[in-house]
Amino acid sequence: MTGTSKRIDVGDLNVYYGSFLAVEGVSMAIEPRSVTAFIGPSGCGKSTFIRTLNRMHEVIPGARVEGKVMLDGEDLYGSNVDPVTVRRQVGMVFQRPNPFPTMSIRDNVLAGMKLNSNRLSKSDAKDIVERSLQGANLWNEVKDRLDKPGSGLSGGQQQRLCIARAIAVQPDVLLMDEPCSALDPISTLAIEDLIGELKKNYTIVIVTHNMQQAARVSDRTAFFNIAGTGKPGKLIEMDDTTKIFTNPTVKATEDYVSGRFG
Amino acid sequence: MTTTAKPPPAERPATTPRAKARPGDRIFSRSAQVAGILILVILAGVAAFLVREALPTFTADSSEIDGGEGFFSYVWPLVFGTLAAAVIALIVATPLALGIALFISHYAPRRLAQGLGYIVDLLAAIPSVVFGLWGIQWLAPQVQPAWSWLADNLGFIPIFTGPASATGRTMMTAGLVLAVMILPIITAIAREVFLQTPTLHEEAALALGATRWEMIRMAVIPFGRPGIISGIMLGLGRALGETMAVAMVLSTGGFTWSMVTAGNNTIAAEIALDFPESSGLKTNTLIAAGLVLFAITLAVNMFARWIVSRRSEFSGAN
Repeated sequence: MTGTSKRIDVGDLNVYYGSFLAVEGVSMAIEPRSVTAFIGPSGCGKSTFIRTLNRMHEVIPGARVEGKVMLDGEDLYGSNVDPVTVRRQVGMVFQRPNPFPTMSIRDNVLAGMKLNSNRLSKSDAKDIVERSLQGANLWNEVKDRLDKPGSGLSGGQQQRLCIARAIAVQPDVLLMDEPCSALDPISTLAIEDLIGELKKNYTIVIVTHNMQQAARVSDRTAFFNIAGTGKPGKLIEMDDTTKIFTNPTVKATEDYVSGRFG
Repeated sequence: MTTTAKPPPAERPATTPRAKARPGDRIFSRSAQVAGILILVILAGVAAFLVREALPTFTADSSEIDGGEGFFSYVWPLVFGTLAAAVIALIVATPLALGIALFISHYAPRRLAQGLGYIVDLLAAIPSVVFGLWGIQWLAPQVQPAWSWLADNLGFIPIFTGPASATGRTMMTAGLVLAVMILPIITAIAREVFLQTPTLHEEAALALGATRWEMIRMAVIPFGRPGIISGIMLGLGRALGETMAVAMVLSTGGFTWSMVTAGNNTIAAEIALDFPESSGLKTNTLIAAGLVLFAITLAVNMFARWIVSRRSEFSGAN
């Protein structure tokens, strides 16, 4: 399966919750077919920022942005752009695995497809389920129990089911907000391997608290920091992952990646 | 409303070495156990009373029963009336209640939602005799033209056979009054379960590109399904057992298929209307009718339980 994999350009983005400025002045370029990691201490706005890339922050009343997010040159915040369309192009995987408990494994994978196209032939549906689950390295584990509830799987399997659900609709970008923070090390490894494969076809952005993980999976790393409680989060530095972890430009980045704070 | 309550799980998991029994734990587990058993005792007591008092009806000669043709021919029109009124009430109230609940939980601005919630709850606090007065004085004349229209235009359907009652005091009107009475019950429960939908599941749907309505269909309603069914069953329980409002609104009579003419009666209203002046076998007959109502309610509840448990794998509780 091939998504189209688009690039993202963010220009001077501010994020507000009501009148509170949560993230200030972020500009960055995210390359297609690569993995970009966001790291930084808790509360620095990484999760807030990643949610602005598919307009999921708008779920919270009062949340709004200033600035530009361009997906291959198209402004996601253009006046005639529907957030629903944006989210169909930019998929998301959450911190805690959240398959729909009322649906079978098969229906979970097809959930997004059923929104996009009214009629799905049986053979198409079967293909999509197999392809997506294979894409998420889950097919062999669940192919005999596609009719069982998704909530019966282990945490790691549930998270891969969520990834399968996200890639079933062939998005251009896949956002992952701390996808492994609720998982054991073996499941984490499985997801990291999967990220390595997915980047052949998708633009991937991942928020992580685990710096080894950022070092292992990402091509580029962005470090976010916050000056203090109540202050806005800012992008401090963004560079190739190896550069950030070996020879960062900013002192705060070095302190953070070497474990001196945060 | 009768509910079959499960006794609290009394057995402890076999642990070795055995955990020390603390007085607080023991007192609590005892009192929970007693409460659980009490409900079974009460239920059994009511059932035993009904069966004992109803027994003469079943042994008596059929000519002695009201109507002169035995208990079964006496009771089945009442069963039909009871079910008809309840079904009309459910058909009207359920979609409306779910709509209101969804509006309160997911569409209305918070302040409006709160106010609306109170108002709906207030509806539940109105005594049924007041609903009866309202139904007879106001609602019946208002809806009478509608029933006339149904009888004139859809009269070929048995339940709309004319001529429509001129007073409007028909099964349809009684059903509507019942619908208003059960509306707050279903709404309150549906609203609560809709609010319980985990944000995680709502966000999962939204992140796939669901509109708000699609999100509700994908995450909120399936998640709330057992709660919706419980709410409907509670409402149905009230509709089946409601006495005063039906007794006041309905112009009772013998069995008829038509819901827009006078006629029919429900078990509860029949008991309320006839019991004060009954004696001897007639009293036993009315109690036997009560037993039938009890059995219907029990069956309906067990059916609802079965529906919920059939898909318990998919409830999200695991």
